Amino acid sequence: MLKVAVVRFPGSNCDFDTLHAAERAGTDAYFVWHRDAQLQGADVVLLPGGFSYGDYLRSGAIARFSPVMQAVQRHAADGGPVLGICNGFQILCEAHLLPGALMRNAGLTFVSKPVDVVVERTATVFTSGYAADARLRLPVAHGDGRFAAADDTLRMLEAEGRVVLRYVPATEGSPLQPNPNGSANHIAGICNAAGTVVGIMPHPERISDPTQGLPDGLEFFTSMAAWQPRPSSTLSTPNR
Amino acid sequence: MSFRVHVRVMPRTGLLDPQGQAVEHALAALGFPEAGDVRIGRAIELEVSAPSRADAEARVRQMCDKLLANPVTEDYLLQVEEA
Repeated sequence: MLKVAVVRFPGSNCDFDTLHAAERAGTDAYFVWHRDAQLQGADVVLLPGGFSYGDYLRSGAIARFSPVMQAVQRHAADGGPVLGICNGFQILCEAHLLPGALMRNAGLTFVSKPVDVVVERTATVFTSGYAADARLRLPVAHGDGRFAAADDTLRMLEAEGRVVLRYVPATEGSPLQPNPNGSANHIAGICNAAGTVVGIMPHPERISDPTQGLPDGLEFFTSMAAWQPRPSSTLSTPNR
Repeated sequence: MSFRVHVRVMPRTGLLDPQGQAVEHALAALGFPEAGDVRIGRAIELEVSAPSRADAEARVRQMCDKLLANPVTEDYLLQVEEA
């Protein structure tokens, strides 16, 4: 059974939802504390949402230096999958495991509501089970979700097909407010070149239980559960 | 020697600063329409022990590059004084 470490920082608050979603998908999921220097043999690491270290200085900035993140860095460098959700995405950017940064929402308010997103890349460990260009309705809940990056970084992400989730533009008639935070290129989630490290602002774990009707987020976790640790896969080919 | 270092971290020019915009609008509403291009950053002060002013500045630059500022979105200025 796939071993999945859910990292808890002081201030994480989506840790239990994330753990349960991973368990529901049929993995052996367990918590790892921020002071732990080991991941206990994890195949996959999940960085849950919340407000690690009180969001002091910048969201995710302090978490980056915790002992457990040194282990996550090594895990990712070895090709190990990592999914950062919301605060976890912010931590991945601060740790330079993903490019860019997440800044204060353009509207200045904390945004907590469902949004429509398109799965633009299915060649990742966490989105392989979705149909190409699947449209999902996922909750967001963040104050610092505006993805920003240098122009050449944005061009690189687009050219390499590394935008995993994109907010549905207003022109496509989503009944929900498009792009809730002013993100560059309507980006809601990105990945590394190999598709092993993924960061997303929406919370799939919050809509991953069959009792919720259409659990649009569940496939992030079932995709992960279906991932084969070895031999090395062919995930580096974008699907678009 | 001991130095007092003032670090000013500002959002990079050209990046949207919604806090600055909101304060600019509030100033205009309060009767200060002459205020423009408001930008909001962060001030950090710290004391540093170092053999020289140049060493103190070099160390704080490392601190800024690694933690105090985000190189993707922010620029910083240093001011070093003898404590």
